[in-house]
Amino acid sequence: MLNVGKIEEGFVLDHIKAGRSMDIYRYLKLDKLDCTVAIIKNARSNAMGKKDILKVECPIDQMDLGILGFVDQNITVNVIKDGEIVEKRKLELPERITNIIKCKNPRCITAEDHTLPHVFALADKQKHIYRCIYCEEKFSGRKR
Amino acid sequence: MRHIMNPLDLSVEELDHLMDLATDIERHPAKYAHACDGKVLATLFYEPSSRTRLSFESAMIHLGGHVIGFADANSSSVTKGETVADTIRVVSCYSDICAMRHPKEGAPLVASLYSRVPVINAGDGGHQHPTQTITDLHTIRSMKGRLSDITIGLCGDLKFGRTVHSLIHALIRYPGVKFVLISPKELRVPDYIRDDVLEANNIPYREVEQLDDAMADLDILYMTRVQKERFFNEEEYIRMKDAYILDKKKLKLAPEDMLILHPLPRNNEIATDVDDDPRAVYFRQVQYGMYGRMALILMLLGLDGIYEG
Repeated sequence: MLNVGKIEEGFVLDHIKAGRSMDIYRYLKLDKLDCTVAIIKNARSNAMGKKDILKVECPIDQMDLGILGFVDQNITVNVIKDGEIVEKRKLELPERITNIIKCKNPRCITAEDHTLPHVFALADKQKHIYRCIYCEEKFSGRKR
Repeated sequence: MRHIMNPLDLSVEELDHLMDLATDIERHPAKYAHACDGKVLATLFYEPSSRTRLSFESAMIHLGGHVIGFADANSSSVTKGETVADTIRVVSCYSDICAMRHPKEGAPLVASLYSRVPVINAGDGGHQHPTQTITDLHTIRSMKGRLSDITIGLCGDLKFGRTVHSLIHALIRYPGVKFVLISPKELRVPDYIRDDVLEANNIPYREVEQLDDAMADLDILYMTRVQKERFFNEEEYIRMKDAYILDKKKLKLAPEDMLILHPLPRNNEIATDVDDDPRAVYFRQVQYGMYGRMALILMLLGLDGIYEG
């Protein structure tokens, strides 16, 4: 059994689908942060069989976790302060997502101008539908 | 500062004001002949469109203003690899308002994010064309006397026809509007119009494949061209283009007071023998379009106070 120590302040992202932790690492741009990150892959889970866990030691106001709601709403976000869980954050679909998914419409301006960010806005919360802000091309379902 | 990307950027009240203003311009042109003295309109047309461009330019000239711009991408810095964002940053130093047409969807929106002057979407790919919608609404209201309680048939290329998409968006805000969508299966309206606009707002509509099946029920017949530039494949275009042609024989099935609109240019989807029929109003529509664009320019420049209606 592998042991990873407690963190004083930061986040524990639990119940990540096994094998997806590196994708989450990239979406949260953790490579750009100067903080301690533990990536636990294929941990045993009663509910999921196998799961990934990410532990991030950083000031809790330093990270924007909005994108997690788009990637996987089943992820549990534990907010840690003074070594204790102070909040279990509920994930919501973000209103806007930037440079996570790409517009596939060949007629969209983003297909011609590669300097533009790919921005999608939430169009239908119930159906999880996002639309490209430029051409309104639909993206439904979450990033898998 | 406001930009117009989509007909929904204007509320129903603003559209009413705009159409009242357009009517006043038509009746009293002299009152508006110097309303834009010293103002400059930039027309940035990245794809050919003599009709819309000339309408904008004529609108500004009738208001006493001036016009700069380009009529196709080859005569602009695009050939040197300049982005839309950079072009508008430069052009908005020279002008007071800009009308942009671009083959790529969302390009005018990109321009609006970087512009220091109001940007009007003059058509972006198969997406939106709000000033054509103002033209269409103004034509219907002027000639029918109302925008509510009408049954409108939209015929032809409903998949790539941006004028159709914009018109549907705008008309669903008026009570009692019903749609008959007349097209081959391959050119039906895109799902975001059907699901998010018509279904989501509980708007009555039916889809038919034959023009004859719809004609008798219509107050308005809106014909569209099957546009070659929207197809990737020439064979597909040739197969589709002649499918929906309005001629004198078909017109016999139509009510006496039905109006025929078309955003123009037409190919052969309206036979020329229909032109003399009093129901054919597509050339009047062009005139209404110029007045509508004049009204929009005045409104976006904050010069519509001249109208006291």
